[in-house]
Amino acid sequence: MANTTFRTCPDTGLKFNGATESLLKANAVAAVVFLLIGGFYGLLVGLTRWQAVHLLGAQDFYMVLTAHGLNVLIFWIIFFEIAILYFASSVLLGCRLATPKWAWAGFALMVIGAVMNNVVVMQGQSSVMMTSYAPMEAHPLFYLSLILFAVGALIGCFVFFGTLVVAKSEKTYEGSVPLVTFGAITAAIIAVFTIVSGAIILLPTFLWSVGLVGEIDALAYRLIWWAFGHSSQQINVAAHVSVWYAIAAILFGARPLSEKVSRTAFFMYILFLQIASAHHLLVDPGVSSNFKMFNTSYAMYLAVMASMVHGLTVPGSIEAAQRARGHRAGLFTWLRKAPWGNPVFSGMFISLVGFGFLGGITGVVMGAEQINLLVHNTLYVPGHFHATVVVGTTLTFMALTYWLVPVLFRREIILKGLAKWQPYLFGLGMSGVSLFLMGAGTLGVPRRHWDIGFAATGGVTHEFPAAAYTMLALNGMSVIVAVIGGAAFCVIIVGSLLFGKKLGDQKMDEQWIATPVTDEEYAADGGSAYAIPGTIVLAMIFFISFALYYFINWKYLAETWGIS
Amino acid sequence: MSSLSPPGKKLWWKEPIHRSELIWISLVFVWGLVMTFMMPYWHVVGKQNLGTETYKSTAEQFQASTEAFVEQYTVRTEGPRNFPVVAPPAGGDVYLISRLWDWWPILQLKKGETYRFHLSSLDWQHGFSLQPANINIQVVPGYEHVFNLTPTETGEYSVICNEYCGIGHHLMIGKIYVVD
Repeated sequence: MANTTFRTCPDTGLKFNGATESLLKANAVAAVVFLLIGGFYGLLVGLTRWQAVHLLGAQDFYMVLTAHGLNVLIFWIIFFEIAILYFASSVLLGCRLATPKWAWAGFALMVIGAVMNNVVVMQGQSSVMMTSYAPMEAHPLFYLSLILFAVGALIGCFVFFGTLVVAKSEKTYEGSVPLVTFGAITAAIIAVFTIVSGAIILLPTFLWSVGLVGEIDALAYRLIWWAFGHSSQQINVAAHVSVWYAIAAILFGARPLSEKVSRTAFFMYILFLQIASAHHLLVDPGVSSNFKMFNTSYAMYLAVMASMVHGLTVPGSIEAAQRARGHRAGLFTWLRKAPWGNPVFSGMFISLVGFGFLGGITGVVMGAEQINLLVHNTLYVPGHFHATVVVGTTLTFMALTYWLVPVLFRREIILKGLAKWQPYLFGLGMSGVSLFLMGAGTLGVPRRHWDIGFAATGGVTHEFPAAAYTMLALNGMSVIVAVIGGAAFCVIIVGSLLFGKKLGDQKMDEQWIATPVTDEEYAADGGSAYAIPGTIVLAMIFFISFALYYFINWKYLAETWGIS
Repeated sequence: MSSLSPPGKKLWWKEPIHRSELIWISLVFVWGLVMTFMMPYWHVVGKQNLGTETYKSTAEQFQASTEAFVEQYTVRTEGPRNFPVVAPPAGGDVYLISRLWDWWPILQLKKGETYRFHLSSLDWQHGFSLQPANINIQVVPGYEHVFNLTPTETGEYSVICNEYCGIGHHLMIGKIYVVD
């Protein structure tokens, strides 16, 4: 059986199963293709929002905005996540992939769904945004394409679960699965919940669009769609946090500070993130305050707690490993001595900081029942999720890709000088996008809106403050920086795959996976490595920013009209 | 034994948690309690708590209620399409229709008075975004949302749609005047 052939990577010692390797490559390449398409649309959106440029007409703007969201938020990320699932199971556990034929069938469905979706949206009859809120209606093939894509992704999840069973029964590892695999398992479990929720709402909506179902209740649609829409973002969080731990291990030989804490934090995602999706309904009719408070406090804050724990333990594990290896001086020597010129590290670390400070804090603040009144559906919302999904997930996946190209594809990275700068360009550009969109949102600028100058409303206008226009211009400039960074990534990766020096079975000079830090190294100096004072200081800065920003928003809220 | 390999200690769940982690976990947990407390606390002391009174409704019903309201309290018409400007009595009911692509009618309210707002959509979902007061409420067809609104300052306010509602979304703008 071809599926039992393995290649041992001469640089990392990882065992790649033949079928797994082909599937990893296919999924990674598909992911980058959709990133390229979606990123280009993002440029058009940013340049249209910049009122002085106002690139696209209204019809094209709404169409391109729909396509932008679907390509980058769904297609790029989920193709990459399927690759991560196969990597975390088959490669890390050193076993064959369960049912490669099913995996290929899933991949084919995802490709068909994604291509079909792009074609349908670009025909202009389905400019309904990613949320496709009923009773606004898209072309039936729009819903069908998403269903096909989701079924493909679901097959991928089950191939992943099957592979775990294979590894267990063939005893390819001892004890518990690695932390990174554990994180991937939580991502896959959340993915199953997500896709089932998607099916519950998209199937009837598809039937409604072809006339077989009479009516879709708009509120029920919102409730169930967000069980799908928000949870899908939790797959991303679980996946990119797993990748953070993986990169800490790859570059520093780090292990988690304690397995128990990191694993419990992952497990909390499964328990609490799903119900937290109700924070999208905080200013909806028909949903009680108790429901809103329960879902955003009890549920969301425990999930947030999990992320804040990872936010400490990921840099903490890097600090402990660096200290154990001798970088003990002062508070931040461990961080200064980190490989800032290596895009695998810089990408991961910028992602960690941006996800926490820009994405995390703002997400929690606007998820408070009453504060949501100030920002619901303003540009603040896309500002927030560009920090979580783009600076967070996308940049993390980019960082990992720089490592996957030599290890998995056995090609040398080309344009290394550019690669060194790429995470900074993309990370800082996208952080700018996030900040300036949130700035505009704070000033009340609506999201998904073609013209905040109201030029075509026959004289009924609203004057947004000049600062709002400045924010949108700065956003446009940040988009350009980020797109240069994103394009650089695509050029480097695609170029390396096509023209990079073939590495074959030769061992490279560079060390591509760090030797794990040993018990003895951690135990040296009385085990002081675990004190992680530098990370504690960073965490306290984070906490203080969080608390200040949180209460400032209550103050803003107190200044507006009375509502009851 | 890094995060890429099985845990070195087979009984990893029996290993003690490091002090640095314990401190952080405790802090974060307490912070979660503080944030949980803030929402019910604001329901008691805060003046901005969106009411959740909601009725199942139809476009016909809601349009009829709004038309009756407009007929009773219109004070003048204005704008390119002669929209009625409606000045309801202080403390009274106020109806506002959202539809593709306008807010109907124009409202004239008194500062410091509390009005019982009825908000619904006749067709798709819309977003009630009151600017520059910056109050944002989802409008869902089939549901009549009733809540109280108390203007705190005089002036001309815009109601902008901030839920995407098709090709004319950016045309959808309405007005609320607040007078002394």
